[in-house]
Amino acid sequence: MTATSTPPSTSTPYSDLKAPTTARRLLTQPTTGPLIALLLACVFFSVSTDQFLTGGNFSLIVQQVMVVGTLAIGQTLIILTAGIDLSCGAVMAFGSIVIAKMAAEGSLPPLAAIALGLVVCAGFGLLNGALVQKVPLPPFIVTLGMLNVAFALTHIYSEEQTVSNLPGPLTALGQTFPLGKTDITYGSLVTIALFLLLAYALSSTGWGRHVYALGNSPEAARLNGIRTSRLTIGVYTVAGLLYGIAALLLISRTGVGDPQAGQTDNLDSITAVVLGGTSLFGGRGSVLGTFIGVLIVGVFRNGLQLMGVASIYQTLITGVLVILAVTVDQISRRRAR
Amino acid sequence: MSRTSRLPSSLLRAAACTGVAALALTACGSGSGSGSTSTGSGEVKVGLITKTDTNPFFVKMKEGAEKTAKAEGVKLMTAAGKFDGDNAGQVTAIENMVAAGVKGILITPSDSKAIVPALEKAKAKGVLVIALDTPTEPESAVDALFATDNLKAGELIGEYAKAAMKGKTAKIAALDLAPGVSVGIQRHNGFLKGFGATDKDVACAQDTGGDQSKGQTAMENCLQKEPGINVVYTINEPAALGAYTALKAKGREKDVLIVSVDGGCTGTRAVKDGKIAATSQQYPLKMAAEGVKAVVTFAKDGKKASGYTDTGVTLITDKAQDGVDSKDTAYGLDNCWG
Repeated sequence: MTATSTPPSTSTPYSDLKAPTTARRLLTQPTTGPLIALLLACVFFSVSTDQFLTGGNFSLIVQQVMVVGTLAIGQTLIILTAGIDLSCGAVMAFGSIVIAKMAAEGSLPPLAAIALGLVVCAGFGLLNGALVQKVPLPPFIVTLGMLNVAFALTHIYSEEQTVSNLPGPLTALGQTFPLGKTDITYGSLVTIALFLLLAYALSSTGWGRHVYALGNSPEAARLNGIRTSRLTIGVYTVAGLLYGIAALLLISRTGVGDPQAGQTDNLDSITAVVLGGTSLFGGRGSVLGTFIGVLIVGVFRNGLQLMGVASIYQTLITGVLVILAVTVDQISRRRAR
Repeated sequence: MSRTSRLPSSLLRAAACTGVAALALTACGSGSGSGSTSTGSGEVKVGLITKTDTNPFFVKMKEGAEKTAKAEGVKLMTAAGKFDGDNAGQVTAIENMVAAGVKGILITPSDSKAIVPALEKAKAKGVLVIALDTPTEPESAVDALFATDNLKAGELIGEYAKAAMKGKTAKIAALDLAPGVSVGIQRHNGFLKGFGATDKDVACAQDTGGDQSKGQTAMENCLQKEPGINVVYTINEPAALGAYTALKAKGREKDVLIVSVDGGCTGTRAVKDGKIAATSQQYPLKMAAEGVKAVVTFAKDGKKASGYTDTGVTLITDKAQDGVDSKDTAYGLDNCWG
């Protein structure tokens, strides 16, 4: 974050509005680099350990990244507008406790509890967006504050207790169905569907083009008739809703409502976004890149574990990867200018 | 400015990431001591999952597991949460270890309840699951538990403090762990039981998270509330040293009795230096060593370890009191961890 003093991207917002040919688009996507890195990592681990390249293991990796992955979709949207969200993990944790407690203690039917959790998370997003846009305040500060608010509310409301004995509908997304010989969880499908949906929305709708335009230059976007205020608040609200879905996925994965959850997920989601080639300065990147970014983290964690490498090295390698990814982003910007 | 300028950056990115893959290789070759990448199918694998990588208690545990694994000719895999309380990180580690085909998993659960569904899944796949140091809730979620008897650890220092006070009226401060954590509650209750006191006799109780600076703040506040405090029970030695610093600032370090639990090397040296009067020493190395042995037995003849095994606790002090069994700090330093 020390590089925030560098001038914003000089790329014109209009270059993103043109529809390039398919072949050209594939070659020049900022996701191409991360994708090559992911494939190389997969090849490396396939050669290193014979347990890596199995359907079951890939299903496992997707399950392991679905929560952070879903958070990272929201994070990508916000970062594309040149914002940042430090509160995503804490908001998700609060959402998961709301859903779990409401349903487990019988105050609400399970589906109503889930709906309430989604609304609460979207509400946090709305509040973030409104503070960023209307006061206005820097996103870093707003979401840093909201991180503490949501964290505290989680612990106050849960009374530091893990909520177990959850009714069936809450963990339904953790159930599996067989695909060939591989068991896939429904939650993995939800995550993949969300990635595809938001990728479509960003690349092929007016709303998506407006998000990129806003990130490139809010002033230019406004002068071109984009209602930037509504757009910003909308993006934060959609992100909040996605955190609510992540909360449900989290519950389905662990089978409990855990007040300690998500404490590093804000930085983990930013890591995924950056690894996926999205620029922290806004206007450049994609959610498919973020999907590749979370998979890179998941593949390294899983592959190194299968090889028997201690977990602290996994952290070390993730750190190096992030610095490399941002370095490459900076170099490519300098060349572009 | 056009999109074509991004092509070289993509290649650069890929090249950079290849470099990291190479780094991964180096890390595994030099760092972990378990870097054999060829995984023969006959090799027995044991997984150890601790709360964190960095706490000396868990470092010692890992050391015990590594030594025993080497001696028994089995392969040890290790993992840890990112922070104390990182349940999702431990769940991921369990899944990866089961995928790697471990015979058994040894785990110090970060969240006694939240970890249960993941452990049940591992057990369903035929993996022997043993909790080290911290029990799960319910305890039946694991096959066996190898841990310190924390109630007894508390009782020992309670009895010691009672004897050391020689009938003087005690004003007790309790520097506890955190609400709802069983280890902290058991030690606290054990201390009161050993001392023959109840919670009503505690003049000041504060949570410290087992942290030295929080222990100091808690002690400063307790002295503010009740200047006459003369017995301090602490959850662990970092909290005890924090209390000592606070007492020293008030010139009270000589006439206040501090007792603690853990037996880490820093803590044991503090007992030797007279900063802490006595501590109940526990043995993480033994927990892990016994755990690895249990998995080896299971791999050999299919016999599963079960129930609770007390890995022992010893009262360490240089000012022994009549009627209370203890060992001196020379013994304590020979057996300490960290």
